[in-house]
Amino acid sequence: MTSPLATLDRVSMRFGNAGPKAISEISAEILDGRVTGLVGADGAGKTTLLRLIAGLLAPSEGALTVCGFNTVRDATKIKREVAYMPQRFGLYEDLAVIENLTLYADLRGVPGDERPETFDRLLQFTDLKRFTGRLAGALSGGMKQKLGLACALIRKPRLLLLDEPSVGVDPISRRELWKMVYELVDQGIGVIWSTAYLDEAERCRAVLALSEGKLLFDGAPSLLTSSAEGRTVLVQGIERDKRIVLTRALDRPEFVDGVIQGASVRLLLAENAAIPPVETLQAGPKARIEATAPRFEDAFMARLGARSRGRSALADARNKATSSDELMVEADQLTKTFGDFVAADRISFSIRRGEVYGLIGPNGAGKSTTFKMLCGLLQPSSGAARVAGVDLAASPGRARSRLGYMAQKFSLYGDLSVAQNLKFFGGVYGLDRRALADVSARMAETLNLTAYLDHTAARLPLGYKQRLALACSLLHDPDVLFLDEPTSGVDPRARREFWTHINALASRGVTILVTTHFLEEAEYCDRVALIYRGRAIAGGTPDELKAKGGIAGAPALSLEDAFINLVHEFDQERAA
Amino acid sequence: MWRRIRSLIVKELLASVRDRQTRWVVLFSPPLLLIVYAFAITQEVKDIPVAVVNQDAGVEARELISRFEGSPIFSTVDIVDTMADIDRAINARRAVLGVHFGEDFTRNLAAGRQADVQLILDGRRSNTAQIVQGYATEIIYGYNLELARRQSAPIISDVVSRAWFNPNFRPLWYAAPALFAVLTAVVGFMVSTLSVARERELGTFEQLLVSPLHPIEIMIGKTVPAVLIGLASAAAMLAVAWIALGVPFRGSLPLLIGGTTVFLISIVGIGLFISSLAATQQQAVIGLFFYMMPAVLLSGYATPVENMPHWLQWFAETDPIMHFIMICKGVFLKDAPASYIWAHVWPMAVIAVFTLAGGAWLFRKKIG
Repeated sequence: MTSPLATLDRVSMRFGNAGPKAISEISAEILDGRVTGLVGADGAGKTTLLRLIAGLLAPSEGALTVCGFNTVRDATKIKREVAYMPQRFGLYEDLAVIENLTLYADLRGVPGDERPETFDRLLQFTDLKRFTGRLAGALSGGMKQKLGLACALIRKPRLLLLDEPSVGVDPISRRELWKMVYELVDQGIGVIWSTAYLDEAERCRAVLALSEGKLLFDGAPSLLTSSAEGRTVLVQGIERDKRIVLTRALDRPEFVDGVIQGASVRLLLAENAAIPPVETLQAGPKARIEATAPRFEDAFMARLGARSRGRSALADARNKATSSDELMVEADQLTKTFGDFVAADRISFSIRRGEVYGLIGPNGAGKSTTFKMLCGLLQPSSGAARVAGVDLAASPGRARSRLGYMAQKFSLYGDLSVAQNLKFFGGVYGLDRRALADVSARMAETLNLTAYLDHTAARLPLGYKQRLALACSLLHDPDVLFLDEPTSGVDPRARREFWTHINALASRGVTILVTTHFLEEAEYCDRVALIYRGRAIAGGTPDELKAKGGIAGAPALSLEDAFINLVHEFDQERAA
Repeated sequence: MWRRIRSLIVKELLASVRDRQTRWVVLFSPPLLLIVYAFAITQEVKDIPVAVVNQDAGVEARELISRFEGSPIFSTVDIVDTMADIDRAINARRAVLGVHFGEDFTRNLAAGRQADVQLILDGRRSNTAQIVQGYATEIIYGYNLELARRQSAPIISDVVSRAWFNPNFRPLWYAAPALFAVLTAVVGFMVSTLSVARERELGTFEQLLVSPLHPIEIMIGKTVPAVLIGLASAAAMLAVAWIALGVPFRGSLPLLIGGTTVFLISIVGIGLFISSLAATQQQAVIGLFFYMMPAVLLSGYATPVENMPHWLQWFAETDPIMHFIMICKGVFLKDAPASYIWAHVWPMAVIAVFTLAGGAWLFRKKIG
């Protein structure tokens, strides 16, 4: 190993004079020939750190040396050695793939005679050869990222900086991106891959974990993971409501963190705590607690020192029937065509009261189309969508008053304050003044928004925006809650808190339909449908899906493996 | 239903008031623009430099020159030697008007023959030149009459003109009502065109569409606040026109308010229609630009509608700005009767109904 590619020496970054430090005294070394993961939630300082390394920002304190150059004095020299792919890479959507490449070749000064070979190599590498004539705007999310990567690699760099390359990219494209990055690493390029997905950390040789601008961990991911050795258990054979078991477990001092994993509950023991007897969880006679190998996420949570709360006051406030066999959401042969293109092809499923149902699938496979038809944003071409037994086409107003909707981007009115947002959404759902005051005060209290009531919504931290969006979608006490990628970009702590509320709502009889790219999250669902090429190609509980998606009789290790196998199988059957 | 719509209206107004940019663009800049534009487009012609070649030695030529000197229109009257000097003065923009008295000017007058004065005008500044020509002819004509009187020759006919509604031909009086109309339209367009497209971009529009709100309710909730904001802006401009610019207001204020309201509804309808068609704010702005340019040109704001070819006049009839300019000129300068106002109000109302309904229909159509 040679000298490090990049050295960070007590680097701090502060925007404006008053604000807190975005980056706080970080010292680290980045080595070549490996992927270094930059892990942390939105707002943890990942992008700032990448921009500092790329020489696009000058640090407030400390110094960075990249490829032997100081980032402040020799910023222009660094540009020749470092390629930076920002979160939304500047692709020109109205230019074709090849035109984008040519443009970046011009910008980076690649000589004309080298181009054919370079383009050929990059197109081969990214598997975009078939699409050179297609407009960049017409590519799928995964292909866009690949093209972005190709443009960033137009001059072979020594250090490649990737800012959240896997956001909005489905598991299949994500795997392909990783494969490409490993190939680059084999060529000796150093790669920094920033991500909010903790499972990606396990694929890196080294990890820098950030939290609120501070370096939480620096080293091999396995080192962090093994620090939680012996602290992770699975509660299996649960016969009661697994969500109540989780709540009960988190009420006990022995457990500091927990999530649902298929039919089981995954728990993190407090340091030096002994496993309590399984009876304390009242999970049924067949339940047992078994030790399991820790994952990076478990160790990360342990390192954060988080103490997850199990209870949500939100659900205590609600008094409705618990789960029953009443069908709350029904997709009946739902079909949507756009011209010749069949976006959704006779999709049918139904969701019972109190059930959490997940829709997963690659980008552009029909997942969003199905979701939108079910909440009334799209008219189906044929088939019917029913919410709480009411046909969305027949009486849309009545059906819509029974459903709550939380969009991916936490769609709130940024100019309005928190209180005004609550008031507005309450008014739209026809709550009268007194009921509105009542319910919004209660909602603000349970979601810890009371202190922020007069704050402008646009300036809230992401986690609070998410809570406000949840509050707004629950004001009218809906029977069905639609969540469109509800936790994309938020940190694991906020994600757990969010799911605590969702689990509690489900236990109280609210039906939840959720779309997600994040297959970890799909494990929290009771049942999942895998949508691919406009069809529901598989469905069932997460464990059933893992069994179906296994290879040679053995169940798949993770839902992601199952997902990829099932999609692969479907393609092969179609080809045959 | 009323409660839901009220929430929408309150939300829109709050968002506009809380956003400093909107506040400035909508409430403060239009009155300011009204003042700036009113002076900028003013067609009033003053302080015009004149160059004179006088080859005549008589009293009459000198008398006529002193009349030019005495007129408030002309600033300096340069006596130059040759026609070439006039050429140079006009070329160098030192004069707009050149006056040439031939050597036989006095002689002809004395002999009772026709005496010619040559006027040379700078055609590059055609508008100014035309007006200057008018003034110059008037001076010469006046002097002619006086000469006739002095020689007690019979006066064949005398023209005494009086302009109604704008007796001194104050260009500002003519321009301000039209500007008021156009600026009110601009405000209405700005508030409405971006509104749906912005919400689409932010994703809040989907949030509205999954709520029990009917598209028509959303339309009303979008239209009312935009019209209210437009009215506030129009009131500010009216005050400026009246107090700062001294434009008379002879007609009925209620009629103007009524007309402005219907006008704004039609403008907001068009704005929301464009906004519903657009997927992004950028598209909405481009769409607005494509509509607004011809709409202003066809409105009679710069050139009279009567001078346009027939088929274009027919298009102008569908232009709310054209109708509103007619209303504004009617109530500012003359006390136009309600029947005259009504003739221009109902076409705007028809436009409003079509665009608003079309926009509401598009709300649901345009989700992909």
